[in-house]
Amino acid sequence: MTRRAESGAVPYEWAVRTEKLRKTYGVLVAVESLDLQIKRGEVFGLLGPNGSGKTTTIRMLCGLVTPTSGHADVVGVDVVQSPEAVRRRIGYMSQRYGLYDDLTVEENLRFYSAVYGLVGRDREARLKAHMDTLGLVSRARQLAGGLSGGWKQRLALACATAHQPDLLFLDEPTAGVDPAARRLFWQTIYELAARGTTVLVTTHYMDEAERCQRLAFLSRGHLIAVGTPNDVVTQFGAASVEDVFVRLQEQDEAEKLAWG
Amino acid sequence: MGVVGRIADALRGWTVWPMLWKEFIQLRRDRLTFAMMTGLPAAQLILFGYAIQLDVRNLPTVVLDESQSVESRALISTLANTDNFRIVASIHSRTEARAWIERGDARVALVIPPDYERRIRRGETGTAQLLIDAADPQSSSAALSGAQLAAQARGAALLQERLQLRPPVDIRVRPWYNPSQKSSTFIVPGIVGVLLTITMTLITSTAVVRERERGTLEQLIVTPIGRTSLILGKLIPFVLVGYIQMTVVLALGRLFFRVPVEGSLVLLYSLSLVFIIASLGIGMLISTIARTQGQAMQLSFFFLLPNILLSGYLFPRAAMPLPAQYLGTLLPLTYYLDILRGVLLKGIGIQYLWREFLTLSVFAAVLITISVRRFSKTLD
Repeated sequence: MTRRAESGAVPYEWAVRTEKLRKTYGVLVAVESLDLQIKRGEVFGLLGPNGSGKTTTIRMLCGLVTPTSGHADVVGVDVVQSPEAVRRRIGYMSQRYGLYDDLTVEENLRFYSAVYGLVGRDREARLKAHMDTLGLVSRARQLAGGLSGGWKQRLALACATAHQPDLLFLDEPTAGVDPAARRLFWQTIYELAARGTTVLVTTHYMDEAERCQRLAFLSRGHLIAVGTPNDVVTQFGAASVEDVFVRLQEQDEAEKLAWG
Repeated sequence: MGVVGRIADALRGWTVWPMLWKEFIQLRRDRLTFAMMTGLPAAQLILFGYAIQLDVRNLPTVVLDESQSVESRALISTLANTDNFRIVASIHSRTEARAWIERGDARVALVIPPDYERRIRRGETGTAQLLIDAADPQSSSAALSGAQLAAQARGAALLQERLQLRPPVDIRVRPWYNPSQKSSTFIVPGIVGVLLTITMTLITSTAVVRERERGTLEQLIVTPIGRTSLILGKLIPFVLVGYIQMTVVLALGRLFFRVPVEGSLVLLYSLSLVFIIASLGIGMLISTIARTQGQAMQLSFFFLLPNILLSGYLFPRAAMPLPAQYLGTLLPLTYYLDILRGVLLKGIGIQYLWREFLTLSVFAAVLITISVRRFSKTLD
């Protein structure tokens, strides 16, 4: 893609690198002093109970939310200083998918790719290929509002990746989607990663967490563990990632009770 | 960079076109908005045009004629000729008159005493009585002026007859611009303005808030699309909607109410642009305040009310207390009504309307600037 070649000029080592990243809403601390490094091409999982700061972290990295303090480089660019430069090169799929129910599958895809500046001669061919890869061709003329959860998810992924982003953010992408669709979804994620796309995903499903190359656990805004799934399990002396997760959640509940 | 520069950039670059394309598809599929665009103007026009009769005519009137004479019949017919009264019945007692008015079947009762003609013939003053249901001041004042008119006309005629004189003073009233003095001629051009106010603010505010509610705004914010492109892409289709509405109302107004088009339509359509943009700016501003579509709707209607009451749409502003007049100067509709009535009824040109045009341009520029500023491309 031409646009990518223009904007991706800055060489970078880390897809994401944050220093003391912090976000507060009044007295509530959503994310506290977060130091996070994600390598290029990595499939990185961000885990934690509800309200642990996962979504706020992703939103800060996308430039959707301004950090209270700290620093964040995304694809080698300071996201607070120049969010627009970052936006061209990232893809973002939110829990709510962000699709237009009254547009067809094809129209949604066409709209989002045009917004990313995907225009000109090779667009048609590329869109067709993209729809083909994600198996959306048969549904092209169907309104997005009438799709099932699995199809919506696939379309949202297509919209977030049509411009071939360097870094893809997935915020709980598989919530409410059946196992078959989830498996297909992960297959696509691996294919993207194989082509060099860095993927940052938040999830509640432990089997998905185990598919990530590295994991980070957040608890009440604090980063409490980073490493491969095996590392994290060993670090906590737990039996599985799920075990770690459940223990953290219980710890959180206890602290919440203690502090009110 | 100024707002104008950013707008030019967004139009020259590619960024606004995908937004426009998407909005037009959505507009075409959204039946409710489409109905609002065309059905609402028609319904409002018929409703307002026929129902809002500011001039009180045809007050139901009963007559108790105890004189039963040539003179009393002349008075009755003079009264009926003013059009303010419609004789519905002849009655035979004052109790009956009271009953008619209390039932609401009559608003006015004319009582002519038995000696009415006799007194006139003797050179005295013939006195008749008019009982008015004055609960509604507007109809009672119509009855009052009608009665005075009739009395004067009758009196003058009798004097002329008696003294063989010509009346020493005569004022000939010539009602310009609305010779038949119909409310609809005055109201229908106003409906264009009121309808544009309501639909422009409502459509814009809910359209933006809907994107926020459905999560598509969040998705748009992470794309490289600029704030200006995003807002322009949302507003431009609605400018078109505004023009369609305006055309529908004007065409129907011409058809059903024979509203004149004295001036240049090109001028009217050109001047309307700044008003449409100002109204869209208000909708935009509402969308930056409201969090849900319900709130956006409430705020839009809240804004509509002062527009109907204070802009001069129904009641002349000159008759309002000063604070109300000052409030009226803050409403774009106030100036747009002058433009509408000026061009349609008086046929005046830009040389008399440039002040309104400039004021509306300032409104439009300020409102759009504020809402673009407030429309932050972040979620916090």
